[in-house]
Amino acid sequence: MTAPDLRARRSWRSVQDRLVTGLMIAAVVAVFVPLVAVLVSLIARGGGIVLDSFPAFFTEEVPRFSRREGPGMGPAVIGTLLATAAATAMAVPLGVLGAIYLHEYGGRGRFARLVRFMATVMTGVPSIVMGLFIYILWTIRFGFSAFGGALALACLMLPVVIGASEQMLRLVPNHLREASYALGATRSRTILTVVLPAALPGIVSGCLLAVARAAGETAPLLFAVGAAKAFNWSVLDEANTALSMQIFSNAMDVPAAQDRAWGAALTLVLLTFLLTLTARLVTGRFALKR
Amino acid sequence: MQLFDRPSATPRVAARPARAGAFDLRGHSQHADRAFRWIALGAAAVVLVVLALIAITMTDRARPVLGRMGLGFFTTTTWSVPTNTYGALGFIFGTLYTAAIAIAIAVPISFGVALFVTQAAPRWLRKPLVYAIDLLAVVPSVVFGLWGLLVLEPALGLQSSFLTAGVILAIMITPIITSLSREVIETTPTTDKEAALALGATRWEMITAAVWPHSKGGLVGAVMLGLGRAMGETIAATLVIGNTVHVTGNPFAPGYSMPTVIANEFGEAEPLHKSALIALAVTLFLITIAVNLAATAIVQRSLRRSGGK
Repeated sequence: MTAPDLRARRSWRSVQDRLVTGLMIAAVVAVFVPLVAVLVSLIARGGGIVLDSFPAFFTEEVPRFSRREGPGMGPAVIGTLLATAAATAMAVPLGVLGAIYLHEYGGRGRFARLVRFMATVMTGVPSIVMGLFIYILWTIRFGFSAFGGALALACLMLPVVIGASEQMLRLVPNHLREASYALGATRSRTILTVVLPAALPGIVSGCLLAVARAAGETAPLLFAVGAAKAFNWSVLDEANTALSMQIFSNAMDVPAAQDRAWGAALTLVLLTFLLTLTARLVTGRFALKR
Repeated sequence: MQLFDRPSATPRVAARPARAGAFDLRGHSQHADRAFRWIALGAAAVVLVVLALIAITMTDRARPVLGRMGLGFFTTTTWSVPTNTYGALGFIFGTLYTAAIAIAIAVPISFGVALFVTQAAPRWLRKPLVYAIDLLAVVPSVVFGLWGLLVLEPALGLQSSFLTAGVILAIMITPIITSLSREVIETTPTTDKEAALALGATRWEMITAAVWPHSKGGLVGAVMLGLGRAMGETIAATLVIGNTVHVTGNPFAPGYSMPTVIANEFGEAEPLHKSALIALAVTLFLITIAVNLAATAIVQRSLRRSGGK
């Protein structure tokens, strides 16, 4: 790009500047139009069915025949919670421990650099590919269950948790570690009682964002969870369902089913927003600042 | 209350290990120490194990169809389950075409927003704007698909097509491109910007003379990361792409793409058909990985050179 000609007439230049600022504002508006439109549709079309049949929408099973009007989405709420919780229970401890290795032990060593590189690669794996992978590895042998979905979600979450946690560990000042060593603490003691507590709020917030993303995923669950319409409280046994999968399968169905899809969508969006908001609050109140 | 911004105050966390009995200094902690290190190393190695498993199991399952179709798998467009003919070119084309439409829409908007937030917006407006855009990023993709199918298409009088899929993908990748470009643009040295302004440049001239040369590498990387996202995105596209193979430049024609055909057909597929879909997944995987790695390398080089993180 050539440098601007400052000798050009001032009036044209300021007009041009305003024009560009106007374009920027137009871009901001263009971003908010879909966001607002989606939220309005969700509230208008999803709010109706959720409130008309409150709390039946969350306590009743999905109707066997999609033509039937009315609630509910209860099994899908349970399925989403089970799969997401199981995925979190797997991915978060592994991810945080992995990040501890990368930052506290591995540093710039060859193994740590390899793991970091591969974590970047793993972040880029499309979610549908992860779904097929878990199908081959798990579903073929053990059948549909919430746990299969959780495995796929955990694989998607793992590199995100590692990345977020390592970034937070990097923010813990070194003098804290040195003070702890000076008191005679071993390395693991220092990490568990000094470094980790200091970085914890940031890690919690990063993990919550990863959980929020995972809760909304559909593609990894498609071939692992099954399509139950009744409640299934078991993580390991039998086919289950999830909010995202119900939205997907009902979207192209009859209007009564589409209504339920809107209700499920509103529920899912509220769930993810709640997780995101909690993450923001944790960061705002307690986290270390760069 | 922040923990470490008051130099006179004792950081709360530092007080913890001083608790009486917090440390066991008598010996066997040596073993525990070493064990902890190995456990952490094992956790880190999980990433390698999972990726290796993905590579091995997927290519293994993709072999039957590649053995039958050979390179024709990538160069023909006939996808016929009854005759066991599998040509993936139509899906590869659809993936690239919808991703290209998404990028063409999302990039000007993302750059505009990133410039507005970093250069033009009043200070009080910046944080709320960033939060709101991040909110767009956590809306699940299936919800955008539902909205695109039941609200956007009827409202615009469109049928499911490359264009509608591209528009929905654009909405979904705008937040990521915006936040990455914002990060890149923010690393422009204040001195460069002030120098331009001191010479009498308008804000736009300052952007072209100081911000653009400084951040163009990083911006290219941000766009490519968005591209990788757009190509791998499945569910939203499945609902609005039309699910018919067409190799045409007409954006209003219904289309099909790699992730969407997997989502639609895998559930009821016969073994060879499954193998073909897995081969598609491997192709998709390789393309997105290549795009992502190139993008990450470009972004990191640009951030490092400009003294960012």
